[in-house]
Amino acid sequence: MKRLNWPIWLGFVLSVFAFLSYPFIFVNWATTRDFPWANLLLFAIAMTFVFVGVRRAFAPGRRLWSKVITSVVATICVLSLAMFIFAAFVAARWLPQSAGAPQVSQKAPDFTLTDTNNKRVSLADLRSLTINNKPPKGVLLIFYRGYW
Amino acid sequence: MRSIQKNLNQFNDAGIRPVAISVDSPEQSRDLCQKAGYTFPFLSDPKLEAITRYDLVHKGQGENGGDIARPAEFLIDSSGTVRWRMLTENYWVRARPEQILEAAKLLP
Repeated sequence: MKRLNWPIWLGFVLSVFAFLSYPFIFVNWATTRDFPWANLLLFAIAMTFVFVGVRRAFAPGRRLWSKVITSVVATICVLSLAMFIFAAFVAARWLPQSAGAPQVSQKAPDFTLTDTNNKRVSLADLRSLTINNKPPKGVLLIFYRGYW
Repeated sequence: MRSIQKNLNQFNDAGIRPVAISVDSPEQSRDLCQKAGYTFPFLSDPKLEAITRYDLVHKGQGENGGDIARPAEFLIDSSGTVRWRMLTENYWVRARPEQILEAAKLLP
């Protein structure tokens, strides 16, 4: 019997896609970024196929190698889900306390940094340079991790 | 960052200037801005001067174990006072433009 155990392979492809589609696709929209429900949904579909694939492999009449390969692939799929959950809900929370960060109604510390034209720019400059020929009401500082 | 760029007109209409800050070099930020089409200022803080002053250093998370900034947003009024801030507890979760624009209504 040389029937391809297609559910396990479909489950595998879906697991890989569920994992990689976060950084490459779903991170781009706030609704799929803040809580990765789209990826978890894809994983749920993937796990369904993996489950069906494992049941098939262990049905009577399948060869031993089919059981072995299916078990290995299923393990990889489950591990990728575990890694995803770990990254999203555990590792992403490993952030410093930042107890000394300026609080609301406190003065924002001034700084002078280099912009993309290699010009030095201070917070005071940013607060006073006009927007659409009007004095600005405020500055939104967005600190980000960077792409190095 | 993408959502800020998408809503840049609304930010400008509200009199708000978004400014991005990271440890990336000016060259790296210039590349990013060109590729992603960002037109608001990107500032480079490789020595973590501002990042330290705002207590946002995340140790050992950068390239070769270097230090970087943790994600954080501050809305500062024209007198230099913090009017709103977001220090996320999960770096997959970031401030949304709607939240910031709502907070911007409180500015004098």
